[in-house]
Parts: sequence; structure tokens; C-alpha cells
Amino acid sequence: MSKPIVATTSLCGCFGCHMSLLDIDERILELVELVEFNKSPIDDIKEFTKQCDIGLIEGGCCNSENVHVLKDFRKNCKILISFGECALMGGLPAYRNGIPIKECLDEAYLNGPTVINSNPDKILPNDDEIPMMLDKVYPCHEVVKIDYFLPGCPPRADLIWDALVALLTGNELKLPYEVVKFD
Amino acid sequence: MSEKIKFTIDGKECFAERGQNILDAATDNGIFIPALCHIRDVKPAGACRLCNVKIAGRLMTACTTPVESGMEIENDIPEIQDLRLAIIEMLFVEGNHFCPACEKSGNCELQALAYRYQMMIPRFPYEFPVKEIDASSPKLIIDHNRCILCKRCIRAFKDENGKNIFAFKKRGHKLQINIDEKLSANLSDEMAQKAMDICPVGAIIRKEKGFNEPIGTRKYDKMPIGSNIERVI
Repeated sequence: MSKPIVATTSLCGCFGCHMSLLDIDERILELVELVEFNKSPIDDIKEFTKQCDIGLIEGGCCNSENVHVLKDFRKNCKILISFGECALMGGLPAYRNGIPIKECLDEAYLNGPTVINSNPDKILPNDDEIPMMLDKVYPCHEVVKIDYFLPGCPPRADLIWDALVALLTGNELKLPYEVVKFD
Repeated sequence: MSEKIKFTIDGKECFAERGQNILDAATDNGIFIPALCHIRDVKPAGACRLCNVKIAGRLMTACTTPVESGMEIENDIPEIQDLRLAIIEMLFVEGNHFCPACEKSGNCELQALAYRYQMMIPRFPYEFPVKEIDASSPKLIIDHNRCILCKRCIRAFKDENGKNIFAFKKRGHKLQINIDEKLSANLSDEMAQKAMDICPVGAIIRKEKGFNEPIGTRKYDKMPIGSNIERVI
């Protein structure tokens, strides 16, 4: 039997959840034995080359590109897992949800103390190549169907490891109290 | 003392003083009933509805219902546990509860209940309401994003002179906690800490103080909320 295939991505996140994935330390050798990686920042495969079994999603959706990647993951992965607070509820980027998008852009490109004199033509980024920002930051499960959730900021390495192993071996996932935390 | 009355919670025989509310009586008998608004010896408000129990097929809030002799109370049953989880989830979506950036994280009762009931994701869509932060008081910050309107601060906190410094303002869905700017300016550090501790969430935060305790040493890092009650007996 061929190995299960795992894909990962970081949408509107800080890569902290991926760092936490690497925090499984030497178990990463075991993980490489257990699975094959496809599209992921870990092996730098940019596009899906085959159908995957598990997709790990870090970060919420803050722009059109995030939505595109997330839908691509849904299409190419049998099981999608949201991991980390940003994927689950928007996280830190969702702090902008109470601020109108125009105000955010004006502050970032026109009026902020570090840009006030460096953008004399008062240009807001509008190139076709640049993804459009969404009106607010959305949790992933409000965009596509997500199968499992791993909370934490970042999720504890043990939680990620235990969840992956349970999924790969078909064993029941036991969640010790200490590993499921929102911070 | 007066004679004790007998009742049961989930079939377990319990004893209580006459007139005691179900929540306190359950606590004395080593049974945890969750609540975010209740404080012992303060007049119950029945605000958070988390302490709902089933008595003779009807849902009643345990904090406002006195125990009666022979009462058969259902507490730890799937229907009620799911109802409680739903209330916790509603509280999470109708405010802006960003746990990773909150000073109260690890000591927060709302978060601790979400851990206890293993909330992974709320079943309701996030509202992301627009709310303010009131930093007008020199000692305390009122973060309306996190307030669950449990009325604990109004009911249970008075300053050194016995005066209320918290009150409600506005009505209906605009209802807010308000802080008396002048009176709160005179609070000692200990009293300001007391106000912060009364709040079950991170809506009342001391200024210039935060993230004091490292992760792993906070109140609910290792032990679920309610385990101190359950361990006593």
C-alpha cells in the first residue's frame, strides 16, 4: 500500500503553526516514514501533483488568493484539518474585522506614520496580480467544509502529532486536557 | 443548625440547608454545575443560564432555584451538556474573544468552560461585532469586546467606601457595563486586582499589568474548571 499523502498551507497566518508542526522534533523522521508530502511549504511543492489524503490549513481567509488556495485544497484533499486559532476563528488578523476595509488600506498606504510621505501619488495597490482583500477575515470553515479542528496559538506539537497519528492509524484520538488550549 | 433536607442530583443522594440554592448545594456535595455569573453569597442573577438543570422535566437555573426536599435533579445528562456547550459557543461568537491576545487567557472562566466541554469550533457563525475599549479610567480597562454581561462586577464589587463603581448603561442589545471614572481612579492596586478577578472573562483588565503568569502556571492550564469542587468529596 502506498503512503498517505499530506499537503499543508499557510493562508492568513504567521507560519507559527507550521513551526509547531516542526516542533514534533525527532518524530519528524517517523512522520516521513508514515506519509508522503505533496503541496506544502515544507517541501516547496507549489501546486498539487496528485490527489491527497490529508490537508492541513493554517490561517484564515483575508484575501481572494486565500479563498482560491483553500478551495483548491478542498478539491484535492479527502480530509481537511484547520489548525491554529487563525484558521479556526480568524485570529489576530481578524482584529481588523471591526474596521472598514477603506480605513485599513488608507492607514497602511496613505496615512500611517511610516508611509505618509512616501506615497505622494496616493496610490492604493490595485494591480490585477495582487489578490483582492476581503471585507473581513473569515475562519476557514465559513468558506469550505472542514473536517477536523485543532485549536491553539499555535496548536501544541503533541496535539498535531497525536491527531495525525490517530488519523493515519485509524485509532481513537485521546485529547489530554493540557494539549487543547486556545493560546 | 437547622435540619438538612435530602435531594438527589443524577441519582446521587445529597444534603442541603433549607433555602439554599441548587448551585451552592451541589458545590457542597462535590458536584460541579457550571456558571459564569454566580458568586457565592451574592444574590443570584440567573444571567448566564449555564447552570440550567432539569427538574421534573423542566429546565431551571440552579442558582436561582432553592432546593426542596425530595427534589430529583438532572445535571450531567447529554441534553443539558449540549445546551451548555451551545451557550458557551454563543458567547464566543457574539463577542470578540481573541484568546491568544487576551491578558486573562489561562485564568478565564469562559475559556476554561470551553476546555471542559471540549469546544473545538462554535456551531454558530462568528459575528465579529464592532465594540469599543474604554480606557478612560486610570486603573482599569473595560474591554466591551470580551464582556458577557454577567453583572458580576455590578453585583459583587464595591470600592473602599462601599460605593458601586460599575453600572449598566443603554438598553437591549446596546447594553454595556459602565465604569465610574472618578471613583475608579481612587482604587488601590489590590482593589483593582479584585475587580479584575471578579470578572469571569477579560473584560475588566488592570492597566500596566498583564501576562504576569507564564503559560503552564495559570489557573486552568493543568486542571479543568470545577475539578477543585469535584475533588473535595
